[in-house]
Amino acid sequence: MLARSAAGPAPVRIVVGYGFWIFLLSDIILFSALFATYAVLHGQTAGGPSGQELFGLRHAGIETLCLLFSSYTCGLAVLAVERRRVSAFYLCFALTFLLGATFLSLELSEFAGLVARGAGPSRSAFLSAFFSLVGLHGAHVTVGLVWSIFLVAQTAYRGPLDYVRRRLLCFSLFWHALDIIWVALLTLVYLMGAR
Amino acid sequence: MAQNGASGETLTEREPGAAESATSASFWTYTAGLGFALLLTAASFIVAQTNLLWAPGVPAGLAVLAVAQMGVHLVFFLHIGTDSEGTNNVLALAFGILIVALVVAGSLWIMNHLNANMLTPAQMMEMQH
Repeated sequence: MLARSAAGPAPVRIVVGYGFWIFLLSDIILFSALFATYAVLHGQTAGGPSGQELFGLRHAGIETLCLLFSSYTCGLAVLAVERRRVSAFYLCFALTFLLGATFLSLELSEFAGLVARGAGPSRSAFLSAFFSLVGLHGAHVTVGLVWSIFLVAQTAYRGPLDYVRRRLLCFSLFWHALDIIWVALLTLVYLMGAR
Repeated sequence: MAQNGASGETLTEREPGAAESATSASFWTYTAGLGFALLLTAASFIVAQTNLLWAPGVPAGLAVLAVAQMGVHLVFFLHIGTDSEGTNNVLALAFGILIVALVVAGSLWIMNHLNANMLTPAQMMEMQH
């Protein structure tokens, strides 16, 4: 048995996945700064509404389920394309997109409701931190949705080639990482904040 | 391992026939992950909304459940640490966790002590005299 270093370079798929994983970790570190900001500022409501008055757990629960099932179908989509089952891939990937879009529309309606109640990002330090943290996650989801449209087009026009499947792998890593960030966000902002 | 034998292979596209091996994951990996994640999410909501846990211990309980769920996502969805080529991924993850812990715990620690060590406006007025 050769030592791993003597076995030659790793397959491209492993190298690409590793590089993208490094990017995702740096993205998580970016989020950690905003998590720290929120944790420091969550009590600074400047006489405005607090999380207890603003957050509804039912809304957050539906968003959580959307994102979790979206992550699941995304994993199944990658699995299907690895096995060249293209129609199963399209079905799972469409579900991923729809659930992600549902999540995003729920989040935007929550934001619009908060702004309409006079609890916009300029109301207090707490709300500034809230909108930065949750808004950055929502921006990532938006980017992911746009990215997924390009990936479907590539799969349709080029077929499930190696490089197309590597891009799908990167997308699935991105999507799963967003779900991990949402777990932290749900716990810190909604579950702890609504009490 | 056979496909990266001693042929001096570089980072180029493979022949379609010798396609890169699929992931070691299966349908059941994802389904088990989904099941665990749903259980942990439900547990989090129950802990947050009922008096099942002693009230001051609820944030700690929620944090434990969240960390457990992140672990489930990492193992079952991202397959960190489950494939043989994954050592580098685990090392990178460990470094990421270190930085995140430093940023979050460090910020909270410093900011909590900052309030205690700041001069109040009254004290500042006194110093100007």
